[in-house]
Amino acid sequence: MNVVVFLKRVPDTESRIRIDREAKAVLEEGLNFIISPNDEYAVEEALRLREAKGGKVTAVSFGPEEAAPTLRKALAMGADEAVLVKDDRRETYDSLRTARVLAAFVKARAADSDLLLFGRMSVGSDNASVPSMVAEILSLPQANVVTKLEIEGTKAVAHREIEGALEKVAFSLPAVVSAQKGLNEPRYETLKGIMAAKKKPVPVITPAELGLEGAALDPKVEILDLELPPAKPAGKILPGTPEEAAKELVRLLRTEAKVL
Amino acid sequence: MILTYIEIRDGKIKKSSLETLSEASRKARETGTAAEAVVVGACPETAGADLGSAGASKVHVLESPELSVYSSQGFVRALETLVRETAPAAVFFPATAMGRDLAPRLAARLDVSLASDCTAVDISSGRIVFTRPVFAGKARLTLALTAAPAIATLRPNVFPLEAANGASAEVVKKTVDIPVDAVGGRVSEIVCEMGAVLDVSEAEIVVSGGRAMKGPEGFTQLSELAALLPRSAVGASRTAVDSGWIGHSHQVGQTGKTVSPNLYFAFGISGAIQHMAGMSSSKVIVAVNKDPEAPMFKVADYGIVGDLFAVIPALAAELKTLA
Ligand SMILES: Cc1cc2nc3c(=O)[nH]c(=O)nc-3n(C[C@H](O)[C@H](O)[C@H](O)COP(=O)(O)OP(=O)(O)OC[C@H]3O[C@@H](n4cnc5c(N)ncnc54)[C@H](O)[C@@H]3O)c2cc1C
Ligand SMILES: Nc1ncnc2c1ncn2[C@@H]1O[C@H](COP(=O)(O)O)[C@@H](O)[C@H]1O
Repeated sequence: MNVVVFLKRVPDTESRIRIDREAKAVLEEGLNFIISPNDEYAVEEALRLREAKGGKVTAVSFGPEEAAPTLRKALAMGADEAVLVKDDRRETYDSLRTARVLAAFVKARAADSDLLLFGRMSVGSDNASVPSMVAEILSLPQANVVTKLEIEGTKAVAHREIEGALEKVAFSLPAVVSAQKGLNEPRYETLKGIMAAKKKPVPVITPAELGLEGAALDPKVEILDLELPPAKPAGKILPGTPEEAAKELVRLLRTEAKVL
Repeated sequence: MILTYIEIRDGKIKKSSLETLSEASRKARETGTAAEAVVVGACPETAGADLGSAGASKVHVLESPELSVYSSQGFVRALETLVRETAPAAVFFPATAMGRDLAPRLAARLDVSLASDCTAVDISSGRIVFTRPVFAGKARLTLALTAAPAIATLRPNVFPLEAANGASAEVVKKTVDIPVDAVGGRVSEIVCEMGAVLDVSEAEIVVSGGRAMKGPEGFTQLSELAALLPRSAVGASRTAVDSGWIGHSHQVGQTGKTVSPNLYFAFGISGAIQHMAGMSSSKVIVAVNKDPEAPMFKVADYGIVGDLFAVIPALAAELKTLA
């Protein structure tokens, strides 16, 4: 079973975001970058499938050259190969652009894949769109926000989270699956894994090598502004005993906030 | 024309779809165009009245034996047919599990990008401009889409419903041809985890608890409090979920659900950035925490500094006097 797992390099979720309003971009200086948290579940699932069924795991990222350490982390966890597709642009928030590149990678370099694994949503763009778009471009079935995945031969059933319920999706492989927390517990890299990962090459290729150039890489999202959310005015702290505070809270929620 | 995708669950129109349609119809009015709605598969009898009331002039119902259960591939094929035929300027979806599954797939099929989980739509400049949270709500992006149609998903509980006005929409049924082999995956079963209980992402009031709830009994107390509040649901921090005190479907935050209820209670939740990512767009926030320095107080509209185990019963008693 050959699995491709797609990873994005993103700022640590703890990071304080600073913005260059002029450039309409996040200031990268001082930020700590990590593998997007949901993508770790995808890597873990890929490794478990290989352990159970054989085959290989390829980790792919579309991003700046600085994304190589993100791929090394996947190698250290146990991925067999990693490829970086180099992006010359900063965050475009354009999921179609990313999806076209990732789909082109699959067509050109990984056409024999049985499963394409993604995170549910990447930190930053917060789009939760790339997986479905890749599925559509490659005409594959999809299961998003997956918390359980069962595979028997070329048949699969995924449990996905929907409002107030769990949806079971039955599909045939090859397919696209995006991982949600709950799917598994990602393993830590071992020292041995880290050492082995250091020796593995991380080839860097360009979108042009995948047949995408010029206008094919132009974003279809026009960024008009990027700003910090407006600061909220300080709230009211309600004094007194719990009973007094509770009484006052209910009164304010009814008469001032008008939400009760 | 602005087209809105209407999600049907258990034979009913979801409220988030009515919100999305309401916003679409306001924008359509502003620019002097029509708002139309589309239902894929079985359509409830009341659709003409319900969707007309929310601003639709027409409801397209796309039918095919292949569309009796949800499949992203089948539904996208059906929507593509309608979009190619009616050439809308924009297609709006609710940012629900289904909307977020479908909208990007349709966008890719039409070779356009999309705006996800939008919290504002502005059309006053003559083009459609979307505002959406990025970096888990730590920044706000304003964008336009350069290829038509503009496809967007709209965050539930953010856009107000149009007031019912007795208008009714024309319902136009159409059979679409979906090749059987175009669908490689479909929903086989929906398992209700929580019975009739509302999902946190749909509730108008969310009563959330964190590590300080100490155990499952704490969450029983929160459920009892929630039972005193209309259209409410119980939420939780990741710490509470990971401790096994309540199911993952209740988790609010970056790795859980995004909620924007009218009222959000945070009991013993410190206010880590990953938690705030899921709830900072709530309209009114109440924080109860014994630590006056807890970051949650920075986003709270009302705060009580104290022991939640004393505040919860006091609040319950006070709410009972209202009933
Ligand atoms: C990649 C990543 C993703 C994450 N995703 C999420 C997510 O989706 N959702 C999420 O919630 N977290 C998430 N987290 C975890 C997050 O960073 C915090 O660890 C978590 O939110 C803390 O939960 P808490 O507020 O319940 O616990 P704590 O931070 O321990 O806070 C408990 C609070 O309760 C107060 N308290 C204690 N006793 C009482 C009492 N008797 N009465 C009143 N107050 C009391 C304390 O003062 C404290 O403020 C994520 C972390 C990472 C790294
Ligand atoms: N630049 C990228 N390189 C590789 N994978 C990506 C990239 N962007 C997004 N993805 C994958 O798509 C998922 C969803 O991303 P998004 O649609 O941006 O929220 C991520 O969790 C990754 O698995």
